[in-house]
Amino acid sequence: MDYAYIGISFAKIAGLLPVVLGIMNYSVYAERRISAFIQDRPGPNRVGPFGLLQPIADAAKFLLKEDFTPAHVNKFYYWLAPCLAMIPAILTLAVVPFGSTLFGVPMVIADINVGVLFVFAIASLGVYGIVIAGWSSNSKYPFLGGIRSSSQMLSYELALGLAVIPVFLVVGKLRLTEIVRYQIEHGWMIAPFAGDWANVGKWLLALPMLISFVVFTIAIFAETNRLPFDLPEAETELVGGYHTEYGSMKFGLFFLGEYIAMITGSAIIVTLFLGGWHLPVPSWHGGFHWALIDGSRGVLAGLFNIFIFFAKIAVLLFFFMWVRWSLPRFRYDQLMRLGWIWIFEIALVNIFLTAVILAFVKL
Amino acid sequence: MAVVVARPNLRWYEKLYLPNIAAGLAITFRHFTKMIFGRTKVTMQYPEEKWDAHLPDYYRGTPALVRDVSGRIRCVACQLCEFICPPRAIKITPGELPDGDKFKKVEKYPNEFDIDMIRCIYCGMCEEVCPEQAIYLRKDYAVTGFTREDMVHHKEKLLEIGGVMHGVVLKWNERK
Repeated sequence: MDYAYIGISFAKIAGLLPVVLGIMNYSVYAERRISAFIQDRPGPNRVGPFGLLQPIADAAKFLLKEDFTPAHVNKFYYWLAPCLAMIPAILTLAVVPFGSTLFGVPMVIADINVGVLFVFAIASLGVYGIVIAGWSSNSKYPFLGGIRSSSQMLSYELALGLAVIPVFLVVGKLRLTEIVRYQIEHGWMIAPFAGDWANVGKWLLALPMLISFVVFTIAIFAETNRLPFDLPEAETELVGGYHTEYGSMKFGLFFLGEYIAMITGSAIIVTLFLGGWHLPVPSWHGGFHWALIDGSRGVLAGLFNIFIFFAKIAVLLFFFMWVRWSLPRFRYDQLMRLGWIWIFEIALVNIFLTAVILAFVKL
Repeated sequence: MAVVVARPNLRWYEKLYLPNIAAGLAITFRHFTKMIFGRTKVTMQYPEEKWDAHLPDYYRGTPALVRDVSGRIRCVACQLCEFICPPRAIKITPGELPDGDKFKKVEKYPNEFDIDMIRCIYCGMCEEVCPEQAIYLRKDYAVTGFTREDMVHHKEKLLEIGGVMHGVVLKWNERK
C-alpha cells in the first residue's frame, strides 16, 4: 500500500463525487421538468434561465430550514436513518468502472475481484435506512412504510441477484472491469450478437440476456423505490411513508438518497448490460470498421469514455422518470405476487436457459 | 345486498401487462415531445406575459382621480363616492382651494383623498356616482404593498394613476 495509490484513489473520489452529486441535484430538476412536460405543464422555470438554478435554491432551502426533531422519536436511530439511506447508495459507486483510463490510471475507485457481490452486499444495506426511519419515527405511517419497504426489498433482491447470474455464466468473472472488457470484445450483453452477426448461438444468447436485462431493471426499480414500486412512500396512502416525520436536511438526505440510488442502479445496469463506458465509433481508416476509443488514445479519449458512461446513465435516468410519470402504483398484493410468482421464477428459469445455451450451442 | 361486479376477461397478452405498459409509455412520451417542441398550449407565464393588451374597455381596475386638460383636479370633494362606497374604502377630507384660485368661491377641493385598496372591491360605484367624472376605474390591477399603509392610495398616487382626462365632461363618453 503505497502513498501514490492512496493519493490517486483520493483524487478519483474527489473527481467522481462532485459529478455524481451534481447529477443527483440536476436529476431532481430533471424529474420535475420531465414530469411537468408529460403532464402538459412548463415545470419549474423561475430560478435562473429555464429554472436551472432551482437545485441550488432547493439545497439552500433544505439547509436553512429548522432541523426539527419530534419529541416522540427514538433520537439515535432517528438521526442515524437518513445517513444509512444515503451512504450505501454512494458507496456502491466505488466498484463501478466509470471510464477507461485517464493518464494511464484505470477509472474505477476500487477494482475488487468480487465486484458485483460487493454491489449487492452494500445495496442491501440501503433498506436499513428506510426500516430504521420507519421504526424510530414512532408513528403509524412511517412504520407501515418501513414494513412495506423491508418485505419489498427482500422480495426483489432475490430477483436482482438471480438476474445477473446469466451474465456471470457468459463472462465467467465477477470483476466489473472484466465484465466491461468482455462486452467490448464480444458485444454488449444486451446485444451479444454484435460484431458476429452470422453466429446463430449468439442470437440465441440474446434472448436470456434480454430477459435478464428486463428482470434486473424491474428489480432495480423496486430496490430504489421508484414509482411502480414506491409503496414505502405511497404519498396517497401513507402521507409520506417512512419519511413522514422528517424535515429539513434529514428529509433531504432521504430524498436525494433515492436519486443517488437511481444513479447507482443505472450505473450497474450500464456496466452489466449496456457496455459500461464503451461506445463503438465508426472509422474509415483502412476500410470501414468499428473503432475502440479508450484511454490509450489520450486524455480526450479518456474523458470521452467517462462522458459516454454518464450519458448512458442519463438516458436510464430519463427512463426511470418516464416510467414514474406513466405507470400507477401497484397494490401491495400485486407487488408481492409479481415479485415472487413472476419475476423470481423468470429469473430462475433464465439461469437454466442460459446454461443450456452455453452448454449445447457453440459460441 | 351484495353486488357482484363482473371482472373483465383479459386475453393472455393483456394479462402480460407489458404491451399495455408500452402503450402507456408511448402516450406519455408523445405528451413529452409535444411539450418539447412547443406544440402544447400551457398556462400564461404571468410576469412575462400579461393580459394587459387584451383587457376589455369595461375592465374595472384600480380607481383613480383624473385631472382635466388645464391640470385642475376634477374632484370637488362632494363626498358622494365616499357615501356610496360599499366597503367604505374611500376617505375624503374636503377643504378650500388655495387663495387666488379662480374657482375658490365656487367649488370645494379634496385636501386628502385616500382609497384603502385592501378594502376596495372594484365595484365601480364611485365612478358611476361621481357627478364630475373625476374618479375612474383604470386598468391597473397589480396593487401590492408590504404594509397596510402601503396599500392605501393617497391623493398623489391616485392622480398619478389617473393622469389627464381630455375632452368634455360627459358621463357616458367613450372613456366610460
